[in-house]
Amino acid sequence: MNKLQVDFCGKKLKNPVVMASGTFGFGKEYGEIYDISKLGGISGKGLTINPKAGNDGIRVWETKAGMINSVGLENPGVDAFLKNDWDFMKRSGTQPIINVGGSSIETYKEACIKLNNAGVDFIELNISCPNVKEGGMAFGIIPKMAYEIVSQIRPLVDGILMVKLSPNATNIVEVAKACEDAGADAVSLVNTFKALAIDIKSKKAVFNNIYAGLSGPCIMPIALRMVHEVSKAIKIPVMGMGGICTWEDAIMFLMAGAKAVQIGTLNFTDTKAGLKIIKGLEDYVEKENLNHISDVIGII
Amino acid sequence: MAIIIYNQPLKDDLFLMKIKGEFKGKMGQFYMVKIRGLDPLLPRPISIYDIDEEGISFLYRKIGRGTGEMSYLREGDLIDLEGPYGNGFPEVEGKIALVGGGIGTAPFYLTYKYLTKKGCSCDLFCGFRKHNDAENLFKQLDGNCKISVDGFITDLVNPEEYDFVFSCGPEIMMKVLDEKCKKTSTIHYVSMEKRMACGVGACLVCTCKTSKGNKRTCKDGPVFLAEEVFYE
Repeated sequence: MNKLQVDFCGKKLKNPVVMASGTFGFGKEYGEIYDISKLGGISGKGLTINPKAGNDGIRVWETKAGMINSVGLENPGVDAFLKNDWDFMKRSGTQPIINVGGSSIETYKEACIKLNNAGVDFIELNISCPNVKEGGMAFGIIPKMAYEIVSQIRPLVDGILMVKLSPNATNIVEVAKACEDAGADAVSLVNTFKALAIDIKSKKAVFNNIYAGLSGPCIMPIALRMVHEVSKAIKIPVMGMGGICTWEDAIMFLMAGAKAVQIGTLNFTDTKAGLKIIKGLEDYVEKENLNHISDVIGII
Repeated sequence: MAIIIYNQPLKDDLFLMKIKGEFKGKMGQFYMVKIRGLDPLLPRPISIYDIDEEGISFLYRKIGRGTGEMSYLREGDLIDLEGPYGNGFPEVEGKIALVGGGIGTAPFYLTYKYLTKKGCSCDLFCGFRKHNDAENLFKQLDGNCKISVDGFITDLVNPEEYDFVFSCGPEIMMKVLDEKCKKTSTIHYVSMEKRMACGVGACLVCTCKTSKGNKRTCKDGPVFLAEEVFYE
């Protein structure tokens, strides 16, 4: 019996370790380094209906125990993805999760309809994108806007709809509840924290967009707290992430209520991080004499 | 995980680090060099300076936190390496000018050794801001190596004399050189430097805008045709 296999919204994941969107491409590059079929799943690079060239200027800045990124959702667009990458993901031997972003509800809808028609059955909706029509405020910041977008996308998606929450929300628990009320099957959290870097030599903000997203071990305890709060407040499953750097961190997210975890920035620190965390979980289950990894889920 | 054989200061914040083991790599490729532990969090992309039976060497400049931490390491200390990554310089034949500016000289040690062994005729041009001990390393390699200190190395290169020019260094240096190469229709390859995170082509933080669309410096580069990078 595979003691790590988890049921996530009816999908059997080999283990609760999923690679986070934006850190793993569509799996091809890491697939040249190790056997990615050993992973629980891969959340692909965030897609938009049309291709996006991404942001100009510096896109990454290391901080103490973390990094800030401003990639600006560079991606090939839904059509090119379906043509060039979807087949690879389907055949990768692990659960593909397709991450979708947009600049308006209409663009989210168009992308989801196309992906749904192509047979994509697990969508992660990134609601941290700015809503261009509403002055650039991210969709996922206030519960009302989150409800609005999720309820409009829900009828268009036959498969699993998991909403990725922003830690920059006014109240992440209320946003999670709004997503549940709007028909989401699951939520994943947290996305990156809005942050600022300043170059004191040039006396300018490092990033052209001024603010950008902080990730890495420095956010882990806050992300863990948010996963705990959200898990207690909703009934749908939670995929937890935010600065996971060791298998011990992954266990903590499971104990805090996450049914599975995502590994993001750590892939940069160590390309084989996913495998090492899975091995750590296997050893832990044995050492602690657990019947199954789910014995520890939500025990805190 | 590998063991450092030496990490020698060469003045002006330059260091030569040699690491024990069997390593692969072609001219112009790089390794992701990682200080052990989680802080600094990211590995650093560093060009291969040389590879021999004993190990792999990196010529680097202490410029920020990552290379600062690297510079404190000593013989016997451990370091993590992943690679080789990137495309490297193309295998060409003919007369080739190798033009490096500052720490951009690093990839040309192995490049010179490889190309001359293959029978190409190479001239090495190295530009530095201050005198340092890396100059001697390049002079020992090529008796005719031209070195410019606190000047413009590009002034010494006449692209007309070459079939190919390979360059690596500050973008402005490569751009000036490209203006000269365009006039004489000399084929010019540049090795670009960008901040990286994954090093394998997945994260898109090192995107380089080219005439053929966005390219990943780590995976599609770091070596590009200059005309594709300097097209505007």
